[in-house]
Amino acid sequence: MLGLVHQVLSGLAIGSIYACVALAVVMIYQATHLVNFAQGEMATFSTYIAWALIEAGVPYWAAFFLTVGFSFLMGMAIERLLIRRFDKAPVLAVVIVFIGMLVIFNSLTGWLFSYTIKSFASPFPEKFALGNGYMSPHELGSVGVTLAVLAVVYAFFRFTPLGLAMRAAAQNPVSARLVGIRVGYMLAIGWGLAAAIGAVAGMMAAPIVYLDPNMMSGVLLYGFAGALLGGIDNPWGAAMGGFIVGVLENIAGAYLVGEEIKLSVALAIIIGVLVAKPSGLFGRVLVTRV
Amino acid sequence: MIDVQAASSPVPVVNPDSPALRFGAIAVGVACVVGLPFLVSSYHTAQFSQVVIYAIALLGLNLLTGYNGQISLGHGAFFAIGGYATAILTVKLGIGYGPAIVIGGILCFVAGFAFGLPALRLGGLYLALATFALALATPQLLKFKAFDDWTGGVQGLLLKKPQAPLHLPLTRDQWLYFLCVFCAGLLFWAATNLINSRIGRAMIAIRDHPIAAEAMGIDTALYKTTTFGVSAAYTGIAGGLASLVVGFVSPDSFDLFLSLSLVVGIVVGGLASIWGVVVGALFIEFVPNYADSISDVLGENAKALPWAIYGILLILLMYAAPTGAAGTARSLARGIAHLRRGSTNVSLDRRATGGDQTG
Repeated sequence: MLGLVHQVLSGLAIGSIYACVALAVVMIYQATHLVNFAQGEMATFSTYIAWALIEAGVPYWAAFFLTVGFSFLMGMAIERLLIRRFDKAPVLAVVIVFIGMLVIFNSLTGWLFSYTIKSFASPFPEKFALGNGYMSPHELGSVGVTLAVLAVVYAFFRFTPLGLAMRAAAQNPVSARLVGIRVGYMLAIGWGLAAAIGAVAGMMAAPIVYLDPNMMSGVLLYGFAGALLGGIDNPWGAAMGGFIVGVLENIAGAYLVGEEIKLSVALAIIIGVLVAKPSGLFGRVLVTRV
Repeated sequence: MIDVQAASSPVPVVNPDSPALRFGAIAVGVACVVGLPFLVSSYHTAQFSQVVIYAIALLGLNLLTGYNGQISLGHGAFFAIGGYATAILTVKLGIGYGPAIVIGGILCFVAGFAFGLPALRLGGLYLALATFALALATPQLLKFKAFDDWTGGVQGLLLKKPQAPLHLPLTRDQWLYFLCVFCAGLLFWAATNLINSRIGRAMIAIRDHPIAAEAMGIDTALYKTTTFGVSAAYTGIAGGLASLVVGFVSPDSFDLFLSLSLVVGIVVGGLASIWGVVVGALFIEFVPNYADSISDVLGENAKALPWAIYGILLILLMYAAPTGAAGTARSLARGIAHLRRGSTNVSLDRRATGGDQTG
């Protein structure tokens, strides 16, 4: 029983990372109805930036926020300079552009920082006053960071004029434009937010999975699974989905299929959710008019 | 659903009003294909075998994505099943490579049909997501310990390249090349017939308007799952051939990049085009190599850059020609037809081209 509790809690910890990735995926999906397959690679790149800053002697939390800021600008720049040009292209062409970005970021990270596996510092202390033995300080810390991210994102969308404008632009671009919202910029900010949230996920994941250019591919898959499970049009549902997927993955890894093929758990969840409940647990059911 | 360009019936490759030209082109093409392995080194022969293999796999994927409108980012998984089936059957069970490839194809048909069932409920991007997950999970599944006795685990399996039968004066690589070309010929012929038949029209109708297709009495579910199966079988046969040509299968040769390359291939070649896949196959076999040589110019430590250059090329290509080689060729042909008709009806022509661009 204690073992199960332990698995659930560390599942919640890893799930917090998936929740961030899922949130990042949903950010872009809500605004553009596209799923960014390069999200994981972008997050890895950001994490390497943080690593380089820390190596250069910048204190951890300064590096953390610098990286988040940098990632935000990077995401915006990608939308403004690249994705915007494809807003009328067929879906598959856009998918190819994402694949191109995935490949570019992957090899750029490999080129700049080499493919050797690096360790990444955790900002949280080794021992913890509140430590209860069930969760390591880093696990507890990443859950905390994710909850903070969720709170910030919620406050942003709920209480700021910019957040309101972004929701309007996502829900009804035409009317939003009529009342003077610059829809294009809102999309760019959505991309920036997604990249920033992805960077947080990367920095929380790196101490666990170690830093290498491919570290986020599995995490991204779980993020997708979480987003689908929670409902891809609902940010809070997606974050919840991320936590649930983390717990499921850990329990399945420990008791059902073993550590080696845990990725297939994500595959099974994705297909299962899409078949049984395509709108996800908390998503809106879409009705198509014939 | 995906937004495939409207051209549904295949456009003739060569202008049909000059049969001599057409015959000449075909003769030159056949001569090139047959003569090729005698003119280039065995390394290049193997490369061209790989092109033919990719063409088969791309044709399979194009049947699914181009003609039936189902996006798959995970066809590397079927490539892997075909490859491993051929390897296991020849190495572990001592079956001849010919039957092994066929059995691999049948296995892939079954696997594709099975995967096509959940895929029925998924449209567009969701299917892309599910198949993306399949592509990511494939190497891990192949490394699974319980299958080690059969798959060779992380080390993979070594195959012996078959010798030419009947004492034909061919090297192993040349024989494999002709085997690939033979299979490709058969499969291209079958695919052309399939597309031009009642079944092919039903597939296209389902892509363009599933509800109307259903209303006309087409069994949408059956057609979609069967198309998935056929598509997987094509890709599986390609995987089987690839395992022979490379002489080796391992989990890491069927990674995400393989699946992504296949999608890149059909989009570069052009969706819903039988011959476009050849362009796509040439692209995914050779362009990474050229990107390699470009990055060599940039210096020693640019080892990882070829893929970045490849990515940039991809994005530029999608910007310049989002409909791929076949789509671009189609619009060029239309442009030439316009010029031929003369400039008497300029305003009408302009309206027509404007309509084309928004369509």
